[in-house]
Formats: sequence, structure tokens, C-alpha cells
Amino acid sequence: MMDYDRILSKKATEMRPSGIRKFFNLAAEMPHCISLGVGEPDFRTPWTIRDTAIAALEQGKTRYTANAGLRELREEVCRYLKRRFALTYQNENVLVTVGGSEAIDLAIRALVEPGEEVIIPEPCFVCYEPITTLTGGVPVHIATKEEDEFRLTPEELKCAITPKTKLLILPYPNNPTGGIMRREDLEAIAEVLRETDIMVLSDEIYSELVYGEERHVSIASLPGMAERTVVINGFSKTYAMTGWRLGYAAGPKAVISAMTKIHQSCIMSAPTTSQYAAITALKSCDEAVEAMRTEYSRRKRLVVKRLNEMGLHTFDPKGAFYVFPCIKSTGLSSEEFCERLLHEKEVAIVPGGAFGESGEGYVRISYAYSVSHLHTALNRIEEFLTENGI
Amino acid sequence: MEEFLRIMEKNARLPLEEIAAMLDQTPEETAALMDEAEEKGYIHGYETLVDWDQAGVNRVEAMIELHVSPRKSCGFDDIAQNIAAFNEVDNVYLMSGSYDLMVTIKGHNFQEIALFVAQRLSPLDDVISTATSFVLKTYKRAGRTYFGEEIDDREWNE
Ligand SMILES: Cc1ncc(COP(=O)(O)O)c(C=O)c1O
Repeated sequence: MMDYDRILSKKATEMRPSGIRKFFNLAAEMPHCISLGVGEPDFRTPWTIRDTAIAALEQGKTRYTANAGLRELREEVCRYLKRRFALTYQNENVLVTVGGSEAIDLAIRALVEPGEEVIIPEPCFVCYEPITTLTGGVPVHIATKEEDEFRLTPEELKCAITPKTKLLILPYPNNPTGGIMRREDLEAIAEVLRETDIMVLSDEIYSELVYGEERHVSIASLPGMAERTVVINGFSKTYAMTGWRLGYAAGPKAVISAMTKIHQSCIMSAPTTSQYAAITALKSCDEAVEAMRTEYSRRKRLVVKRLNEMGLHTFDPKGAFYVFPCIKSTGLSSEEFCERLLHEKEVAIVPGGAFGESGEGYVRISYAYSVSHLHTALNRIEEFLTENGI
Repeated sequence: MEEFLRIMEKNARLPLEEIAAMLDQTPEETAALMDEAEEKGYIHGYETLVDWDQAGVNRVEAMIELHVSPRKSCGFDDIAQNIAAFNEVDNVYLMSGSYDLMVTIKGHNFQEIALFVAQRLSPLDDVISTATSFVLKTYKRAGRTYFGEEIDDREWNE
């Protein structure tokens, strides 16, 4: 018998399973369970994008692309970043990856030496910490607070910086809080960083999902910041293309070249069909993106209003497609709240603690669902609160 | 108003408060919009999408293409209004292309519809000819599919 506990690497066995998966597994066993749990769009990829992919297959475009991605796609990425976020990049500043996920992995691996510190504002998406740890880096958490609209403040950043700090993760618009960083917030962060050699990994995967009059601002567009920032973006959320596994990084040439070396060894090149489709996405899908944004925005208003009316204090998020209600008033921990809601009302949501300790006391509700689905699920949550007298 | 109508088109059965929330309005403001939309005829009514097959009730639907002969005193609009006045008729459209009016009607069985066409529609002075096609199966109606809800197979991948 093989003793796999001894065979597996320590790094792998020590990885904690994602707190989100645990609830999915529970929910999957309940046939009538309705979910507000997933972190991906409910929309289908716009047809023109799918059509381009089909045409690419028909034309037999089935080989590897250049390691860094199709030249035409990288050119379109540069044009897009210029047009939407006033970012100036050339082809050699762009690497096309397997989702934003791979780009995050590569950036951390290309930058972080064992023992160096990576500052991670929390609550946040679950991948930064395990990748940092696998790389030998040391995660340093900053708890963002609801009273600051879950923004990173320059004071807290200053406190977290040590001589060992290598990288700041800047995950805005934020999953799970929906918080965003406005230009003046970013300016204050940039002011702290400009005197240092600290790099920024700016995860802007939700950059097109910002609501109201606000527009997403990239920290790389601020003076002196492009040279110390790797921008991560992708197609999953903006174009409802999660299954196409396509994203990209844009940053200083030296960093992108180092990332490309790693990418070359472990991936070769991102999926070819997806790359052709992505060119169409960037070129001609602004209207489709706007239509999806409008729909998310309606749903967000509905969900925020109803949750607040039920007595769950809910911060009005400005971005992404999640709300992050505070459940402290119920006296339950976020795990307990979610477990009981699942068992008593068969509604699956994610405990805030899954996104870092500072998420405790909150739960994440995704509104990547139809209005009628949201309506039913919200009714059940309301019943749950009423029946339990909370 | 446009945003209100867009939301109403898909979600007319939602409580007023929820429609108001989506519009970022008070329920009173939304109620006023609703009144205005109904008064001005932006909203003509609220239809229920019944799947009669599913309910096990015999219902037949037919689409009838009509050629008509408009005259000076009696144009397309007048002819269409005469036809629309029949209770049996669901929809009447003026069409571009090879025929003039499209009429849809529902009945309990084929015979009922055939009789209606033969005894009521065809005899009208302005109707030159009719071509009746029966609906065999409904797959989608008013934006809703009739072959069961799509399954949400999204995984929790984070
Ligand atoms: C904040 C954040 N970054 C990155 C990703 C990864 O997305 P993908 O790899 O599909 O581009 C996600 C997906 O949930 C996310 O929420």
C-alpha cells in the first residue's frame, strides 16, 4: 500500500480546501436547494463571440498560438485598455493566459522570493493566499472594514509594509464585498507605494461591472504606477466567458517576459479557439456588456433593498455581482447562518469567513441569477429570519 | 419610463416594491408610472402564458394568412379592425410580403377553427383568400421556452 500522506508534497497537503466548495458539496445533495452561491455570470456568451469561435474551428485554426498569445489579440487588448481605462501598453506588455487565475499565479511566482511578504486585503477572492504560500511567500492580511466601504486605506497599508514586503494585491472591484477603489482612494495608495519598490497586482477582472455613474479606475493609470503594477483582467466576467478560460496580464516588459517564461513551461499557450473569439469580444461587444451591466444593476438594487428591509444590514456595493450583508445582528456565526439557512430553507449562500477572517459576520450573496430566482430565494431568506425571530 | 417598461415586460407579477427597488424609486413613484403607462396605452394589458398541453386541456391555435382588397372608403386599418372585433381572434397584424393580414385564433378543436374561417372570415367582402395553418406544438412564446426550465449547471468553482 502506498502511503500517500507521506508521498504527497507537504505544500499540497497543507493547502486548505476552499470554504466555498464545502457549501457547494452540501447543497449538491439537496435536490430542491436553490443557490445564490456561484461566482459566474448566468448569461450566455454573446452570440457573435461564439460564432467567431465556430468559424475559427471551421477554418481549422486549431494549433498552438505564440506563447504570449495571438498578436492580433494582444493588439486588441492594448486598444481596449487604452480606450476604457486610459492605460498605455504595447504588445510586449501583454501576456494572454488561461483565465485571470493563471495570470495571478504567474505574477506572484515571477515576483515573490521565499520569505517575502505579500499584502492581501481581505475579505477577498480565495486564490491569492494559497498561491503565495505555494511560492514560499508570506501572506500578510489587512482586514478592510464595512465603515470604509471595504476599501484599502493608506494608513493600514503603511502599517502592513515591512522591509520584506514585495507585492500588494489590489483586488477591486472586490469579490465578495463589491467594494471599489475610486481615483482618490487609489491616489492615496499610490502615494504610499511610490517611495518603495513594492509591486502591485491589480486584479481588475470585474472592471466592467461598476454601477451608477462610477467608472472603474486602474491604479496603473496614475502617474508613476504603470512601472510598478501588473494589471490582471480577463473575459470570464465581462463577457460571460468563464468556460473559455481566457484572461491576460499587462505590465512592465521585464515582468511580463518573466511571466511568459513560466507560462511557456507550464501552459505553452492559452486556448486558441478562445483567443480568436476574444478578439471579437474586445472589438464589437460593448453593447452586450452594457446590457448585462444594466441587468446586474437592476438586480443589485432589488437585492440590497430587500435584505436591508429584512433587517440584514447590507452595504450598497458599487461593483462586481455580489452583495455582502452583515449577519452579526442574528447572533449566529456566518457558517452557522449559512448551514441553518441551507437546512431550514434550502438556500445556499457562502459564509463570509470563506474569504478571510475579516469576512466573519457577513455572508456573500451572488446576484448572477434571474430576477424571479432572486425573488424566490429572498422570500425564503425572509421566512428564515422571521421563523427564527431574527 | 423606458426602464420601467423594460422591467415590466419581463416581471409584471413582481410586487410593486420590488419593481420600485430595481428602478431606485419609491413604490409611490412606480405606482404613478404604472398608472401613466396604462392610461397612455404603453401597457395594453397583462397576459398569462398558459401551457395548455401541459395542463392537459385541448386547445388548438391557428395562424391565418389573409389577402384582402382595401378600397378607398375601407383601407387596411378598417378591415383589420373588423376582423379584430371577433372575440375568437387573438392577434391581427398587417404584414409586409406575400399576404396582407396575419390573424391568429384559438379554439377547442380544429373543426371550430375551420368553421370560424369558413363562416365568419371568408365571407367578409374585403377578404379575397385565406390560408390557415394549425400550430402543432409551441416551443417558445413571448420569450419563454415551453420545454422546461433550463437547468442551472453552474458549479461553485472558486
Ligand atoms: C476576483 C477574481 N479574480 C479572478 C478570478 C478568476 O477568473 P478567471 O480565471 O475565470 O479569469 C475570479 C473568479 O471568480 C475572481 O472573482
